[in-house]
Amino acid sequence: MKVDLTVNGTNITADVEDRMLLVHFLRDVANLTATNVGCDTTSCGACTVLLDGESVKSCTVLAAQASGHEVTTLEGLATNGEMHPVQRAFHTEHGLQCGFCTPGMVMAIVSLLKESPHPTEEQVRNGLEGNLCRCTGYHNIVRAALAAAEAPAEVSA
Amino acid sequence: MIPSTFSYQRAGSVEEALSLASEHGDDAKFLAGGHSLLPLMKLRLAAPEVIIDLGGLHDLSYVDDKGSYVAIGALTRHHDVEHSEVLAREVPLLAHAAGQVGDPQIRHRGTIGGSIAHADPASDLPAVLLTLDATIVARGPGGSREIPIGEFFQGLFETALEPDELLTEIRVPKPASASAWSFQKFTQRAIDWAIVGCAVQDGRVALVNMGGTPLRATATEAALAGGASPADAAAHAAEGTNAADDIRATKAYREHLARVLVSRALTEASSRS
Repeated sequence: MKVDLTVNGTNITADVEDRMLLVHFLRDVANLTATNVGCDTTSCGACTVLLDGESVKSCTVLAAQASGHEVTTLEGLATNGEMHPVQRAFHTEHGLQCGFCTPGMVMAIVSLLKESPHPTEEQVRNGLEGNLCRCTGYHNIVRAALAAAEAPAEVSA
Repeated sequence: MIPSTFSYQRAGSVEEALSLASEHGDDAKFLAGGHSLLPLMKLRLAAPEVIIDLGGLHDLSYVDDKGSYVAIGALTRHHDVEHSEVLAREVPLLAHAAGQVGDPQIRHRGTIGGSIAHADPASDLPAVLLTLDATIVARGPGGSREIPIGEFFQGLFETALEPDELLTEIRVPKPASASAWSFQKFTQRAIDWAIVGCAVQDGRVALVNMGGTPLRATATEAALAGGASPADAAAHAAEGTNAADDIRATKAYREHLARVLVSRALTEASSRS
């Protein structure tokens, strides 16, 4: 079937199988490989992207369901070569070790901060219940989310 | 994991959804948020030949105060139930429980109607709506009908819906004492289904994952009606249940959890009222 998605602001039209998952569309059709396939069972959150601005697990959405909608992946966050405040906070707070969960973590935090711009630590921890990290023990990821929330507004493009 | 092949159809209206369902019969499944159905299809535990996507039916997403009850459109997402001001005021149990389903990403996609129609006894909202004595509205080729929630769940993943019927609305009567509620959920990880859960409202008690369907804890309710204390009433919580033994818990452990969680829930609900 023909699908028509806007991915990171760019329109992509493609003929795909009806059963194609959004994560495979992003990786294999749009050639955007930041979004990882982790557990493939809606648990780990490594495949988290924004669909119309809200976090979703792209292993559990059909490309067909996203047709006509806007998708943002990690590749779409930076503007004019400047990292998004959440990306920069992961760097400064050392919010990653192996990095596999990081794209999903970043996208989940972007969505969380949109809904709660100044969350408490507890709200961050609850807001990340759908994202698993096997390296860090989460502490620096939570610090990064809190730091990004306090980042100066002029650079949060 | 990739689902087996199917034909994807997007319904533009309730009428079109019903007409597609009549045309394809048992070969078709409705897709709402897809967060129960797609995982089953990826595991090939479900293999419908036709998927009728309801995602475009935005007029089935609403929470309306109707005076004596609150009407909730079947395609209202868990996220929107959780953040509804009407529900926070009138049925706080439901708003709270919707916020305990899965995780934020799942709540951005999953819908209340999808959860009810899927009828997983381990899901939170079926038991919550049983406690709230909700009414289910279904539309079929012959028009609409109302189904009391007590008659809706008929077995594991089985409901009173006919294959050509679409669940369109859930009607929740306003509780006599809205604040006298509790929802308890025992999980290994935050995002897991409940090993056991329970919901309490106005002397009604329902259990998550204690049998093939969500269940009312009728022996506990009878004890409460007879004047028993929360602790004494909760001792009857596992009576009449049929909990499974599985990888997460034994039947005996689930029965123990039911008594403990019902006791906590009754105590919390009475402290709030």
